[in-house]
Amino acid sequence: MEKVMSKQKIIEIKDVCKAYDDTLAVENVNLYVRKGEFITFLGPSGCGKTTTLRMIAGFELPTSGTIYLNGQDITNLPPHERPVNTVFQRYALFPHLNVYENIAYGLKLKRVKATYVDKKGRTVEKIEKLSKKEIDDKVSKALKIVDLEEFERRSVTTLSGGQQQRIAIARAIVNEPEILLLDEPLGALDLKMRKDMQLELKEMHKKLGITFIYVTHDQEEALTMSDTVVVMKDGKIQQIGTPQDIYNEPVNAFVADFIGESNIYSGTVVGDKKVRFINKVFDCVDEFEINEKVDVVVRPEDVKIVKEEKGKVSGVISSCIFKGVHYQMTMMVGRSEVVIQSTKGYEVGTKVSIDIAPQDIHIMHKEFVSNVYDGYITKDNKVWFADGEFECDVTQLYEGSHLDDEGYLITQDGEQIDLNGVDVKVEVGLKDIEIIDNDTDGDACGSIISIVYKGDHYQIIIRTDDEEEDFVCDTEYVWNENDRVSVKIPKDKIKLKLKTEDKK
Amino acid sequence: MKSLRFSRKQLGIPYALFLLIFVIFPLVLIILYAFTKVDPNGSFELSGVKVSFSLANFIDFFSKSSNIRVLFISLGLAVVTTVICLLIAYPLAYILARSNFNKNGVMLLLFVLPMWINFVLRTAAMKELLFAIGMYSSNKLSFVNTVIGMVYDYLPFVILPLYTVMIKLDKSLLEASADLGAKPASTFFRITLPLTVPGIVSAVTMVFLPTTTSYVVSDTLGNGNVTIIGKIIESQFSTMFDWHAGSAIAMVLLVVIFITMFITNKFTDDDNTQARGNGLW
Repeated sequence: MEKVMSKQKIIEIKDVCKAYDDTLAVENVNLYVRKGEFITFLGPSGCGKTTTLRMIAGFELPTSGTIYLNGQDITNLPPHERPVNTVFQRYALFPHLNVYENIAYGLKLKRVKATYVDKKGRTVEKIEKLSKKEIDDKVSKALKIVDLEEFERRSVTTLSGGQQQRIAIARAIVNEPEILLLDEPLGALDLKMRKDMQLELKEMHKKLGITFIYVTHDQEEALTMSDTVVVMKDGKIQQIGTPQDIYNEPVNAFVADFIGESNIYSGTVVGDKKVRFINKVFDCVDEFEINEKVDVVVRPEDVKIVKEEKGKVSGVISSCIFKGVHYQMTMMVGRSEVVIQSTKGYEVGTKVSIDIAPQDIHIMHKEFVSNVYDGYITKDNKVWFADGEFECDVTQLYEGSHLDDEGYLITQDGEQIDLNGVDVKVEVGLKDIEIIDNDTDGDACGSIISIVYKGDHYQIIIRTDDEEEDFVCDTEYVWNENDRVSVKIPKDKIKLKLKTEDKK
Repeated sequence: MKSLRFSRKQLGIPYALFLLIFVIFPLVLIILYAFTKVDPNGSFELSGVKVSFSLANFIDFFSKSSNIRVLFISLGLAVVTTVICLLIAYPLAYILARSNFNKNGVMLLLFVLPMWINFVLRTAAMKELLFAIGMYSSNKLSFVNTVIGMVYDYLPFVILPLYTVMIKLDKSLLEASADLGAKPASTFFRITLPLTVPGIVSAVTMVFLPTTTSYVVSDTLGNGNVTIIGKIIESQFSTMFDWHAGSAIAMVLLVVIFITMFITNKFTDDDNTQARGNGLW
């Protein structure tokens, strides 16, 4: 069921940047929030989500850009003049005031216009405080909303985390703000409490009908509660959309990875609606240019284990963990891992086949700046990737390390490491690949499959014979398609990184 | 080998002994001296002299109007010094704790540094300074000079406790206050001030008592015109050799301080039941 959304924009953020000293915390953020919406800023810590919220609250001033509230520029308005209220991460309840005084704090400061008729029959406008009774009524109403009636006289320091959280919410909503800002309000609560509060907040949002702007790093929380999710990374917005859109159609590998579990691979488009990754060609539904490098995202629950003859790829189960509703398994296909979720568990070591439906293969443009391969170190301290064995500098894997006479790596702390067979991520710049006009002198060989003129240079893709890996290189010289060539890469241009996070 | 293990009670023994020898015992002696006087027909001996119980020391003290005057001057001096110290130190501590001004603690150090220089020397230096600008020679300014010296000497003791509470003040409370509609001034009076009361209380405790007794300052800067109660106690002990009278005056002072602190505490009690510094009472 689709909720009908108001068209009116309550907050509009235009080209907002925020810099601290030299670092940009928020970079060119553009977004709007519709009236009555539950919008969530989601991202890892340091992504600028809290800074954006604080700029809406008025605690931080943008370095550049404008913030509009109901069409009015509020960029430089101090916080006490903004019709927004905040629920702080650590609640920020006033420790010297009791529950009642905390909630009444904003009400006592409030001045309202009241119209009187004086003795001569003229109407007089007066600005006055709320009466004690009005404040009492509002406070008890707010306490009722957060389910903490009869707590008025309690000292806030004697309350539990969950209760303090509720008081903080009551203190904010009692002022009837147009927008409620919530800065990771559930971060300090335990899991069970957090789940309950999520639902309660959602319920509260429905009841109050005001706009909620919510900040969290918990993707599940964001998906559960929001009408709209804004995914941020490094101060930039990655994607704005409904929870369904964000989950089903992530725009890039970051969003896919951040929202839920996913298998992410580097792939190549090899034909019309055909993409190649983990060494197999799969049908997909997205149309991309042939030979384009793409990120391929597959959700673990979309990987189906099938009978061997029907499967696309076979592999061996290397781990199987029971997760309650399903089993989470890892299958090794060559040196690539495929994470699978299934209600049926397979024992470690079982050979299985999998298939992935075309609509479950999500393909995204990749900003292509360098060649990235999965490789491993051979016994001569060379690195094997893309059908070739290359000389490289393995000491870059451990800072301050060196090689001893027998070829073992000695780390900074004097530890001896045998690198033979260690998996590494290999990165080679586009300009660092030397193309040689025969297929014997280089370290790996293949044929040129595409040449694109890029203004001042040619971008050439060389595909190797066996594993069909591609080398993308920028060169000033023109080559012909289908030329047999080999490649050489200078030792110091091969960047290596340990694949520690993939290790089991 | 048998490991050494002490119960908490056993670990407390050295401290209890310390308190007994250096706090309880002297206090009992002072009380004893205060309520006795030399009497050849006395019932018992104190340091080889026959004495008997009597309230004469107190009666003597209160029957001299000059003594009462000194008591009031001492208290007046203490109040004025404390207030001026707070007026200077509060904004200063606030600025030091809040801004980037004191990023490495250097500014704070500069303000606290005088504390590390000998007290008598500092006071003597202040005298030279006041002399140079002509304030010392005027008899009318003796009280003012003493106040200046006291403020100068005790300012670090006020800055430090205030700075400590302010640096711990949660910035998000101030933001929450602004968020709920409070103007900066309102936030100050409703949040900052009440939450820094513990600092104020301990600052007052640190300054009030010493200023009533540190006669070095009034002797050096008062040009002979300012006598404080500490001076009288000192002269009873070291000039008149009347330990009984001296102890009695010390008792009077003790009671006066008790009363003042009790009042200060009542004044702040309503909001800060378990705040720091209040544990004293």
